[in-house]
Amino acid sequence: MDQNFTFMVYGFTAAWLIVILYVISLALRESRLRQELDRVKRMLEEREK
Amino acid sequence: MRLKIILTLSVVCGLILAWNLHTMFMKVPDEANQGAIFRIFYFHFPAAITSFAGFYLGMFAGVGYLITKNLKLDSIAASINEVSLAFATIALVTGSIWGRVIWGIWWTWDARITSYFVCWLLYVGYLMMRRAIDDPTTRARLCAVLSIFAAIDIVIVWKSIEWWRTQHPGPVLEIRGGGGMAAGMEAPLWWNFLAMLLLFTVLILIRMRQESMRREIDSLRRYAHAF
Repeated sequence: MDQNFTFMVYGFTAAWLIVILYVISLALRESRLRQELDRVKRMLEEREK
Repeated sequence: MRLKIILTLSVVCGLILAWNLHTMFMKVPDEANQGAIFRIFYFHFPAAITSFAGFYLGMFAGVGYLITKNLKLDSIAASINEVSLAFATIALVTGSIWGRVIWGIWWTWDARITSYFVCWLLYVGYLMMRRAIDDPTTRARLCAVLSIFAAIDIVIVWKSIEWWRTQHPGPVLEIRGGGGMAAGMEAPLWWNFLAMLLLFTVLILIRMRQESMRREIDSLRRYAHAF
């Protein structure tokens, strides 16, 4: 029964870990996109001057 | 506005999940034959069903792109399919851990598990293809075709436990023709399904915002090159 409970904890941990890792990857991607968007906007502003 | 919706849905989802965890561990007893490990079903089943629904939504968005040639629909399809793949991963991993306890093995090549794994590989391929093709219209067209092809596999995954005698258990819930669960055990399952759907929606909204940023970057670059 102990092993049964341990594997249940593994299952719950794995499910949440996948969600957390995906959310972290989304956050990193969003920050990269924001940086890229700012860079492209700055580049356009400099060209228009 | 979208940020407010995302925050509201996240809070509601968090509250339902917290309540569900309390119910699962404090109120629901261990299952007579499986013991504590049966609680994995509370994540495995909603994650699997959510991924199936998501893959179909993604396919409809892809078909919508093929009809209208609107790249926004391709972005929606990409967002939905990526989030659905994360849910499919949860279903496969939690199923494998359950199998290790109940069957004594991490994996077996039975019809349900193999077809679901093939489905997972098809959508990994879908995301890899998106990265590999630079031209937006070619990418959107090929990805829409792949998602139609992959959606056929979902029917096979869904029906595999009826078409073939497999290691994977047959239908459990009454709505699918199974023996059903005790009411006290089934209610948290549907609450967790609701929480998973909310989480799914939140992740898709975040992902769609990123896709619209990506489109803005692409259009600004095209504008810059036009000088």
